Amino acid sequence: MADKEDTLTSKYIMYRRRWIRAAIAIGIAVFVLIVVIAWSSAIGSTDIPVSDVFNIFFSKLFALNPGNIYPLSMYTVLFDIRLPRILMAGLVGAALAVAGAAYQGMFHNPLADPYLTGVSQGAALGAVIGFLIPVAIPYIYIPLLAFIGAILCVMTVFFIARTGKVVPITTLILGGVAVGAFLSSITSYLITVSGNKVHNILFWLLGTFSMADWGSVAIIAPYIAGGIIVIMVFARPLNIMQLDEEQAQQLGINVERVKLVILLAATISTAAAVCFCGTIGFVGIIVPHAIRIIFGPDYRLLLPMSMLTGAGFLILADTASRTLLSPTEIPVGVITALIGAPFFLYILKKRKQAIF
Amino acid sequence: MSKLVLSNAGFKYGNKAVLSAISFETTPGEFLGIIGPNGSGKSTLLKGMANLLRAHTGCIMLDGEKIGNHSLSFIAQNIAFVPQYAVLPDLFTVMDIVLMGRTPHLGLLRFESSQDIGIAIKAMEATHTAYLANKRINELSGGERQRVLIARALAQEATILLLDEPTSNLDINFQAEVLNFLIKLCRDENMTVVAALHDLNLASQYCNQIIMLKEGSIYKQGKPEEVIVSPSIKETFGINVHVYPHPVNGLPVMLVTPADINDTSK
Repeated sequence: MADKEDTLTSKYIMYRRRWIRAAIAIGIAVFVLIVVIAWSSAIGSTDIPVSDVFNIFFSKLFALNPGNIYPLSMYTVLFDIRLPRILMAGLVGAALAVAGAAYQGMFHNPLADPYLTGVSQGAALGAVIGFLIPVAIPYIYIPLLAFIGAILCVMTVFFIARTGKVVPITTLILGGVAVGAFLSSITSYLITVSGNKVHNILFWLLGTFSMADWGSVAIIAPYIAGGIIVIMVFARPLNIMQLDEEQAQQLGINVERVKLVILLAATISTAAAVCFCGTIGFVGIIVPHAIRIIFGPDYRLLLPMSMLTGAGFLILADTASRTLLSPTEIPVGVITALIGAPFFLYILKKRKQAIF
Repeated sequence: MSKLVLSNAGFKYGNKAVLSAISFETTPGEFLGIIGPNGSGKSTLLKGMANLLRAHTGCIMLDGEKIGNHSLSFIAQNIAFVPQYAVLPDLFTVMDIVLMGRTPHLGLLRFESSQDIGIAIKAMEATHTAYLANKRINELSGGERQRVLIARALAQEATILLLDEPTSNLDINFQAEVLNFLIKLCRDENMTVVAALHDLNLASQYCNQIIMLKEGSIYKQGKPEEVIVSPSIKETFGINVHVYPHPVNGLPVMLVTPADINDTSK
């Protein structure tokens, strides 16, 4: 009997230890993200020492006044140029990684990414129309039309896929592919007639943070934060949704409601993520997979870790995009694929066991 | 103790009616077996009782209320269902899967308490899966998976346990062990166990009540000695068998004879 009690406590302790390790992992990821933000703020066309960056951030944060120590131009570069861009990249990376993680579980599909339901094709069509509007400053219309295009596309797919009260996963995926292909063909045609705007359009399609400023950060932040919070609240149902739908319902999960909530939250945050900076690929698929391989399939850890890693990854990718060939920029989508794909293949190769 | 009452219930998949005019009720402390040939509607009946299918005629009452009027978590707190085939993601550990049985008792944002973990561990010990707690699902054998699913159902702490072919993947020793365990749940915990069973001899030995299905309706219902008789087996399964009393407890035991010998005995 004492023996039995022993194994009981030891299993209990082992389980609890897992959550302590999880908390430590999240703590480390937060720390790494802060370092990445500081380091990315430091490098660029004018390099600022990282220690100065920290000094300036902390003084600003705690309203100290070391203003006379550093030149004003340093403040301008940090707060008006680099920081909004870094925050934008972080927000977008977090949104795409969390939405991708949620979709992979919900759709039972390791290939699922945030663009699965046609968000990217809808956004692309909207943005290209925005580029082609013959007004002096089209830059207000581009994100607005991209956002509207993304939402409309997913709504179309959703209503096509719905049969009665049920939205079958397979129909949703196939509907997304079909509607996406339809919109893509229109987008492609519009690009061929876009004349001298083709360069800007291609840059947007590949993804770029060059449009980032405090205004755009402030616009997308609430949508992305809202979407991520809602998805995280549904972390446990997402765990259960990785079983089949019958088991999930039998365990008391309202499967159709969870699908609807996740679809809504992921669509809104993804649409917000792509509307200013284009359809950046790869983040939403490789980050959650890498996290799943390293930390396991429990969404209560998978989601926060994906969020932090996605943010850090895209900040680093954007730093590379603006510094590698400075003063020209490489589209950030090119960087994410260039770095992301080989890294992901490396993890795949290293871990030969089942990853999903 | 919860109670399910089916009155004149009918179920269909799409437009195809699978079951019609099903009426019976469960009794706490009773082991109810559902037998019948493939396609007679055993699994459909269990899914209907688990609220995974809606009855298109008649109704199912749980605790005196139409089952569809209860919340899904209330149903899951009272009825646990062990499917015959279940998708289990490879990377979860056995502990994770069994703890999922606590879902109907937890709010959206609550982590499992030490009490929940204790319940999961007890469920694993009861089903001899505790030693697997930290193994991943893809390392398990078919029989181990089945016992993990039963452990998860036990962790739900429901008083009605529905099982679809709980012994189909198991060796005879584990078959007996699982059924011994289920019958103990009926006797000691006053739980209701409803199981679709393939093996008529096991059904006869373990069930207090048996429902025999034929082509989507109840052909016969009663104690094993009333149902496991050669005329009704001939009628439902279309096979000639010899039924004898079990040498120890006198319950019916069924023997199949090869076809040519059957012919000569006619």
